[in-house]
Amino acid sequence: MTAPTKLSELPAGCSAVIATVMSGRSSLTRLRELGLVPGTHVRVVRRAPLGEPIEICVRGSMLAMRNQDAAHIGIVEVAP
Amino acid sequence: MTTPAMSGPAMEPLLFALVGNPNCGKTTIFNALTGLRQKVANYPGVTVEKKIGECFSQHGALMRIIDLPGAYSLNARSPDEAVLRDVLLGRRADTPRPDRVICIADASNLERNLYLVTQVLELGLPAILVLNMVDVAEAKQWRVDVARLSELLGIPVIPMQATTGKGVIELKIAMSKADLPAPQWHSAPLPTEIKAALQNARDALASTGALHEKASLLEPIYLLSDHDPSHTGIGGEHFIHIRERRRNLEERFPGWEDRFVSDRYGAIEQLCAEVLRRPHTPQETRTDRLDRFLLHPVWGFAMLVVVLGLLFYLIFRVAEGPMGFIEGVFNTLGERVQDKMPPGDLRDLIVQGVIAGVSGVVVFLPQILILFFFIGLMEDTGYMSRIAFIMDWLMSKVGLNGKSFLPMLSSYACAVPGVMATRTIDNPKDRLITILVAPLSSCSARLPVYGLLIAAMLPDETAGPLTKAGLMLGMYALGTGGAFFFAWLFNKGVMRGVSSPMILEMPDYKMPALKSILLHMLERANVFLKRAGTVILGISILIWAASTYPKDHDLTQKAAQITSRIDALRAVNTDAGATELKTAKARLAEVNSGLLAHSAAGRAGHLIEPVIKPLGYDWKIGIGLISSFAAREVFVNTMSVVYSVESDDENIQPLRQRLRDETHPDGRPVYTPLVCLSLMVFYVFAMQCVSTIAIVRRETGGWKWPLFQLAYMTATAWVSSLLVYQAGRALGY
Repeated sequence: MTAPTKLSELPAGCSAVIATVMSGRSSLTRLRELGLVPGTHVRVVRRAPLGEPIEICVRGSMLAMRNQDAAHIGIVEVAP
Repeated sequence: MTTPAMSGPAMEPLLFALVGNPNCGKTTIFNALTGLRQKVANYPGVTVEKKIGECFSQHGALMRIIDLPGAYSLNARSPDEAVLRDVLLGRRADTPRPDRVICIADASNLERNLYLVTQVLELGLPAILVLNMVDVAEAKQWRVDVARLSELLGIPVIPMQATTGKGVIELKIAMSKADLPAPQWHSAPLPTEIKAALQNARDALASTGALHEKASLLEPIYLLSDHDPSHTGIGGEHFIHIRERRRNLEERFPGWEDRFVSDRYGAIEQLCAEVLRRPHTPQETRTDRLDRFLLHPVWGFAMLVVVLGLLFYLIFRVAEGPMGFIEGVFNTLGERVQDKMPPGDLRDLIVQGVIAGVSGVVVFLPQILILFFFIGLMEDTGYMSRIAFIMDWLMSKVGLNGKSFLPMLSSYACAVPGVMATRTIDNPKDRLITILVAPLSSCSARLPVYGLLIAAMLPDETAGPLTKAGLMLGMYALGTGGAFFFAWLFNKGVMRGVSSPMILEMPDYKMPALKSILLHMLERANVFLKRAGTVILGISILIWAASTYPKDHDLTQKAAQITSRIDALRAVNTDAGATELKTAKARLAEVNSGLLAHSAAGRAGHLIEPVIKPLGYDWKIGIGLISSFAAREVFVNTMSVVYSVESDDENIQPLRQRLRDETHPDGRPVYTPLVCLSLMVFYVFAMQCVSTIAIVRRETGGWKWPLFQLAYMTATAWVSSLLVYQAGRALGY
């Protein structure tokens, strides 16, 4: 199985490092401003009971976001 | 006693601005500082609330505090954030630039909160940093080196636990200081070439008037990164120049905005490395343990059902008592006035217009107070985010988000508190759509109407209670379906604007601050009475006048005669008199019916008959529709008057019978099952509620949206009822 490359594919309980946040989209600026910039550690805490959104932990804070937005965030160094 | 230099009697009181992320406890601190010495207004031109309060310094000098909207960044993404930016930059003509800033950071989310804090500190205003929720941070085993943080930022740093009031005194002492230092913080220096470009942009914008001449370099940064022309503070003609400059900058330095964000977080990471100690492996906290249960696929839903069940019980059942009490008090008051005053137009105006109108406003208070207490509790404990987290998937299917769920649900009790509850939705587009569709939830005022029409439609002999309940449920389902459909439709086409990513903070659970919740409840009640109540009262009186005037002279006299005869018969109270009393009452009812038919509302019933005839209604039903525009449940009472029967909400039997007996001039029954169904469908969709219109006007800041709502809902009601009636006719019913 290939390692996940997007935050939206990261299973609950796993962590990774953000590699890219798709640029040139002003709507993603807010995600950056909440701390999701390249180089940041991120962990998926859980998925909502209906599958979406996902809850993530970044810089010690908990945030929930939808798959379609998390799909714009590329990740590396996936660890269980 | 020496007076500090800054607060001499001739000086204006110092203006402090409270600034912080959403959920950082800002409002609790504002309440702790000002108590009841606060007032709520609106920033002109936007639907953002402006809260200003007062308190006294340690030296007894008056200080003013403005509670600015919560925000994540000065790079505005919503009208709330634009207001924050514009006030801090001194760009709003209606609000003076604050003298000092109190930055509030949630210590348990320190790194993220420092993003806005550092942006604000760079503006150069003297500042204090409050580290709120130190208890929550401690529970996560986070240690903040307060002294070092204060040294690095160059400003006082005050640890606080606002829910218990710990740290409030220390904050007041810091606020009272005569000279507060300007912050020492500077984020990474701007790259030289970008700096030069920004200087260029600033000069160009200053020459067009979009910026004033002395603006710092930060001002063009925040204006150039604002992509939404609807944000006030940037006039249309200025926006063209700003967009031009932005395109310029973007071409030369692609991704310059993103670079600023990364640089700032780089600086914050270095700062946190010095002042924040976190355990290497995250510790399991109370929040983790609770969330495992409350967000569990099975138990999470079960708990949600229990919580929402409780909410329904509170706003349907518990509110009933105080609501009945309020109506009782106003009824008694009306009767007193009726007895004391001589009969005449003035008495009718006071009793039936004013007293009944005020009663119709005040009666909403129990539901509003209960709902806002509940919402305050949910928000303060952190459970509100969990409700949104669980329901987001469902709401996303129609283009809304999880935060729309609770306002829509509350609207099943009453759309007025439901619309008020949309303030918790921070995305302006989602909030507007939620407001527009909320009144489609079948509220409790529709119940008496459904009840009467179902009773008239299905005789007890042929239909069991199950059929009736099923029909009732069908009406609820129809309204809910309509709400989802229109939410989807508005989201697809009608509403423009960039869709921003749905981001939901999941705060740690904590104990609620009761004082703050109670203050919030009172504030909402006050806003409702002042801003919506006056409109509701005004329209109620108009509708009363329309169903009273013009008066038919003969009928009025007749009514007076019969009334005095009835009084006389009541006074003697004999067996012989009882029969006459009965006939007299019946005659009075007939006369009243005649008076109503003669009034403006009665004539309007005739006037709209051609429009409602295709739906299966006659002019008498038209009168009911017009008078129940004030409030849906009025339909029952109006129809009692129209058909001159003594009937009300509690006892619909006589009216039901009368409806079944009612025929057209040619002998066909008026209230066929099909007409009843068509009429019910009309009430499902029609915006027959003055109070909702008034509150929507208040919450959207103008008449545009309530009128749009009135138009689309009435049109939907008409078309749906037409379809039901004509399809039913075609099928032979």
